[in-house]
Amino acid sequence: MSEMLSRNRARNIFFGGSTFFFLLFAALTAHSHWYMVNVSTDREGLTEAVARGKHVWEKHSCINCHSLIGEGAYFAPELGNVWTRYGGRENPDSARAALKGWIKAQPLNVPGRRKMPAFDLSEQELDDLVEFFRWTDAIDTQDWPPHPVG
Amino acid sequence: MKYASQQLALPYFAVAMLLFLLQVVFGILAATVYVMPDFMAAIEPFHIMRMSHTNLLIVWLLIGFMGCTYYLLPEEAETETHSPLLAWLGLGIFAVAGAGALLSYQFGIHEGREFLEQPLWCKVLITVSFLMFLYNCSRTLLAGRKTAINTVLMMGLWLAAIFWLFAFYNPDNLSVDKLYWWWIVHVWVEGVWELIMGSLLAYLLIKMTGVDREIIEKWLYVIIGLALFSGLLGTGHHYYWIGAPGYWQPLGSIFSTLEVAPFLAMVMFAFYMFWKGRRNHPNSAAMLWTLGSATVAFFGAGVWGFLHTLSFVNYYSHGTQVTAAHGHLAFYGAYVMMVLAIITYAMPQLRKVQPFNQLLNMWSFWIMTSAMCFMTFTLTFAGVVQTHLQRVLGMNYMEVQSQLTIFYAMRLGAGTVVAIAVLLYLVAIFGPARQRLPQGNAAVAA
Repeated sequence: MSEMLSRNRARNIFFGGSTFFFLLFAALTAHSHWYMVNVSTDREGLTEAVARGKHVWEKHSCINCHSLIGEGAYFAPELGNVWTRYGGRENPDSARAALKGWIKAQPLNVPGRRKMPAFDLSEQELDDLVEFFRWTDAIDTQDWPPHPVG
Repeated sequence: MKYASQQLALPYFAVAMLLFLLQVVFGILAATVYVMPDFMAAIEPFHIMRMSHTNLLIVWLLIGFMGCTYYLLPEEAETETHSPLLAWLGLGIFAVAGAGALLSYQFGIHEGREFLEQPLWCKVLITVSFLMFLYNCSRTLLAGRKTAINTVLMMGLWLAAIFWLFAFYNPDNLSVDKLYWWWIVHVWVEGVWELIMGSLLAYLLIKMTGVDREIIEKWLYVIIGLALFSGLLGTGHHYYWIGAPGYWQPLGSIFSTLEVAPFLAMVMFAFYMFWKGRRNHPNSAAMLWTLGSATVAFFGAGVWGFLHTLSFVNYYSHGTQVTAAHGHLAFYGAYVMMVLAIITYAMPQLRKVQPFNQLLNMWSFWIMTSAMCFMTFTLTFAGVVQTHLQRVLGMNYMEVQSQLTIFYAMRLGAGTVVAIAVLLYLVAIFGPARQRLPQGNAAVAA
């Protein structure tokens, strides 16, 4: 390394540069926060039911098998666009019924197939969870995933 | 070992190693479910194994970092640790919180965000314990000599604590939730933890190569500078598809590509100092882990990270086994190996046995590292196949998974070998030490 660069100079560059990049990162995050709340997600649609549904999702740690917009455990299917996959955009009632029926049917008695546990959700919880999926499906994800299979 | 309070590292290392072993056990259980989906289905579902596996990793690495700090800080600061009592108390609280979380999981009690599953009371205890640790070590630092190594180390630890506070913020808006969730997850492992890694690496190199502190500390500042200049905006590579603005695609692609730079600098730094060093340190196992850590971190975090970081590649690979491959090798190289390097370096001194089982330790290095690389390769192949079938051809998720069985079987094999290597490592550091025989032909007591 160049002898021009002394330890103290390297330290000053580190502190100055890090502060600069942190402030830039914080500013862009603040803008992204604003953008998410006002542009890319459904602000009016973020109802109590969606919030409760998110809590159902968290209470049973669905993320440790499934992925949601690509983040999670990759052990079970992507659910960020499950509403689209079940035809919810065209026929919401049948998608809702199909999703609830699928969750209630677990665990499937198919030997050698990955098992989803029975979580004994109430009707209310099921409805809320599906609402959460419907809301999540509407997030502007820059056209991700590339294919509806997720 | 010059300072009596350095001995505080020993209980930290012991707890960390116990949790490391448990982490690998849960990893093997989860890997078995991938191969035999009915395995333990009635006893413990996959999601519990998986959260146990990832949480144990984070908890033992944190305890390991604390142990490393208690070991090197008195030596660097040239003064005893401020309060040994606080160190013991902190470890106790942390262990209770960690064990409490792990036990809760087995009964299905947990919160629901990935890696942040700890019940609230555990999160609070972890925060309290970590703040006690920071207070204790900061007092030590303030009372003693401030070197680049201990300053950067303490800065990394403080920043980790500050960013951890986002764990208590869980907005209803999923996109906003993800936005700040990455402020913990990414900013830790691809940001401030690199400060910790860099300072531990610098410490080991000073001790083992005998190169001038001035030179080593200059490198340290350059490395952590590269880490934060690239890593902060590099968070953008997690913001491509979560509802954030489109500008994160070019920004995240460029800056996360630059995240390779600090890892390249670390590997150059380690080998350059090793060759430059005049001193031939007797603990060659510790030197091996040190060089190995820098190298594997470069491949695992740097190369495997770059593999899927460009937005137009990530569009197809996001959320596949490619991510799992990268995650395994990156954590192993950058953080697991670095903590194991410090433990290997410190243990003979903590146990006051000069010659120790180096050969066994080096065997464990080669076996563990080869097995982790093999695991990474199998997951990478699985991820590439998955990306093509699912994201390009649009084949159904479960159908795709059934095509990957062979890779998951090989991953399980690799995991089993890792477990064996971990046992060898534990025997090497905690097991019987060799006796140093007197020089020459003096009679050896029978």
